Amino acid sequence: MFILDHLWIIIALPLLGAAINGLLGKNFSKPIVNSVGIGSIALAFLSFAELVREFTQLPAEQIPWVKTYFTWITAGQFKVDFSLQVDQLTIIMLGVVTFVSLLVHIYSTGYMAHEEGYYRFFSYLNLFVFFMLTLVLAANVVLMFVGWEGVGLCSYLLVGFWFLKQSAISAGKKAFITTRIGDFGFTIGILLLFWTFKSVDFGTIFKQLIGAQPDALISTSVLTTICLLLFVGAVGKSAQLPLYVWLPDAMEGPTPVSALIHAATMVTAGVYMVARMNPLFSRAPIAMFVVALIGALTAFYAATIGLVQTDIKKVLAYSTVSQLGYMFLGLGVGAYASGVFHLMTHAFFKGLLFLSAGSVIHAMGGDQEMPHMGGLRTKIPITFWCMFIATFAIAGIPGFAGFFSKDEILEAARASNPFLWALGLIGAGFTSFYMFRLIFLTFFGEPRYDEHKVHVHESPYNMTVPLIFLAILSTVGGWAAAPHLVGGTDYFEKFLHPVFAMYAPAGVEGPPEAVEAPGTMLFHALTGWPVIIALAGLLIAWWFYIKSPQTPKKLAESLRGPYTLVLHKYYVDELYNAVIIQPLLWISTNVLWHVVDEGVIDGTVNGVARVSRDTGSELREIQSGNARSYATWVVIGAVGVTVLMLGLWGMVR
Amino acid sequence: MSIVPISYYLVLSAILFGLGIVAFVFKRNIITIFMAIELMLNAVNLAFVAFARAHNQLDGLVFVFFVIVVAAAESAVGLAIIITLYQNRQTLNIERINLLKF
Repeated sequence: MFILDHLWIIIALPLLGAAINGLLGKNFSKPIVNSVGIGSIALAFLSFAELVREFTQLPAEQIPWVKTYFTWITAGQFKVDFSLQVDQLTIIMLGVVTFVSLLVHIYSTGYMAHEEGYYRFFSYLNLFVFFMLTLVLAANVVLMFVGWEGVGLCSYLLVGFWFLKQSAISAGKKAFITTRIGDFGFTIGILLLFWTFKSVDFGTIFKQLIGAQPDALISTSVLTTICLLLFVGAVGKSAQLPLYVWLPDAMEGPTPVSALIHAATMVTAGVYMVARMNPLFSRAPIAMFVVALIGALTAFYAATIGLVQTDIKKVLAYSTVSQLGYMFLGLGVGAYASGVFHLMTHAFFKGLLFLSAGSVIHAMGGDQEMPHMGGLRTKIPITFWCMFIATFAIAGIPGFAGFFSKDEILEAARASNPFLWALGLIGAGFTSFYMFRLIFLTFFGEPRYDEHKVHVHESPYNMTVPLIFLAILSTVGGWAAAPHLVGGTDYFEKFLHPVFAMYAPAGVEGPPEAVEAPGTMLFHALTGWPVIIALAGLLIAWWFYIKSPQTPKKLAESLRGPYTLVLHKYYVDELYNAVIIQPLLWISTNVLWHVVDEGVIDGTVNGVARVSRDTGSELREIQSGNARSYATWVVIGAVGVTVLMLGLWGMVR
Repeated sequence: MSIVPISYYLVLSAILFGLGIVAFVFKRNIITIFMAIELMLNAVNLAFVAFARAHNQLDGLVFVFFVIVVAAAESAVGLAIIITLYQNRQTLNIERINLLKF
């Protein structure tokens, strides 16, 4: 019971690592920075393993396990404890975060080896893990918000890691400011949550929902408002429509950062938050539908942009936005476990894709443009095979992780709303197409780079070993939930079941059990639409980029209008620029700056100064230094006083 | 022997004081200004004496002696300053002694 009683150790370790590297790292040699950075995460991972062992021995009625360490804020009714909690959902998230971040740390020792500010990078990365674990372990909304903002800060710091590059600085700012719009909604949601439930603890809030009448104090409309506000936060953090614009730009950061923060962990915080708040969302059908709709639209929309991108990391970025959309689609149609399952498998295969892409970029000497690559398959075989597996996983080819998770989500969506299902299905086809397009453009065909200039080489072991680990998980990770599809028990869903059933609304006993006979399920799963459409995507990509490479060009020319539209990402950045940024800039410049700041604020300050100065310069004339003029004033004064006295005396008399 | 009314003394005192003020304000020569001050002091002395006599009290007389003593001391110091000033600036015109003026 050691770790269960001392949960703080798990989050303290990365913080310690960040502090040591951040404050003292400048004078450390690389091995010391490495051992502090990786060691702290490795210890956190070991603590997590011990936690799992202790957690499995915990009686079911003690879950969720909440541990309060001290009271953080008290103000009247408002009371926030520093309290951490563990339940099945936390275990899943902790596992993903600690494991993926451990691999990314190891990978970074190779990828960042020649960079300036090596210690700074590791310090930020550790700090990120600290905040992410705080977010995941928090037992109340406010502490969760601390982690939420903290990961946003680390994202900003790491996207702008190369702070001498203008585009990196702008991307960092964009990421920070865009998510702040979402956080505005999230903050109001937290306040409304406290106002309604008089508490910010998850347990206290959820207990009040049990048995509450829909028309009682906690009305459905209030719940819907809370859920929608919280979802606004998730939309910002998890890069959904319409706030997704920051994520593709965030690719300016180093690739390990993209893998860890912008694919595997931070961007899934919104998904985690919605899953954590499932008792609220389950009671707000409208909010649920909004979540599902936004998710499905994003999944489809981002996939279309991914079709035509040429920057290898941009393709993956839009793919991430799209996959996050699937997670929200899963949550929105009530299949929380499937959404979280996709979160987990996505962390593996998308982390792997980004790390492989990093390895490719490393091999190409920094070039990220796919049209400059080609034929890398034989040059960097380990990277190729890992990325190939990840592509199979994300495309939903049967047997790989993404197949199980995406199929579950689409199944749930079909049961809920055919329109959402159709969007998700077409998006899945696009996903398959753009991912195989990436593979074919990068690894197949003739080399399109100058072989005399670019010395293509396989990455060192500290980069390839994490790839192999993730490739294994991308392959077998899906089988945790697999038996569901072949008619058995879905272990993953069964494990998570208590989290989503404990406070489920009356009449809904958690996710429904599979009812179909094993044989039909297997048949259904293998011949179902998702597989057909994934294979279609694969075949079309093969046709376009291997069989007849002229086809894409011809197609682009015959569909010039739509092609240009998608290539420029639907001009959303330009639209936001014209509709929001330019007016804001205009108001800031012409009203806030030239009128309010210069006119009112500076005017007041300068006005006070000018009045004082003018009065002073007038009054200065009196103090002439001429003794006789002083005497004159004395006389005038004396006469005045005398007259006054006489006048008063006269009046009294 | 008829008693001169006190108002005569006071009017004379006021006239002398007024002359002193006018001289103080309009004259430029320091010596003249100094004399104007003496004139004002003595105008006040006259008023004191007149009141003392009218009220048959000695307080006014005591004040007068004080004023005379202080005025004597002041004359001594003042004249010394004026002499030094003249040695340094070769002028007695008060408008040219303006070193400390802003």
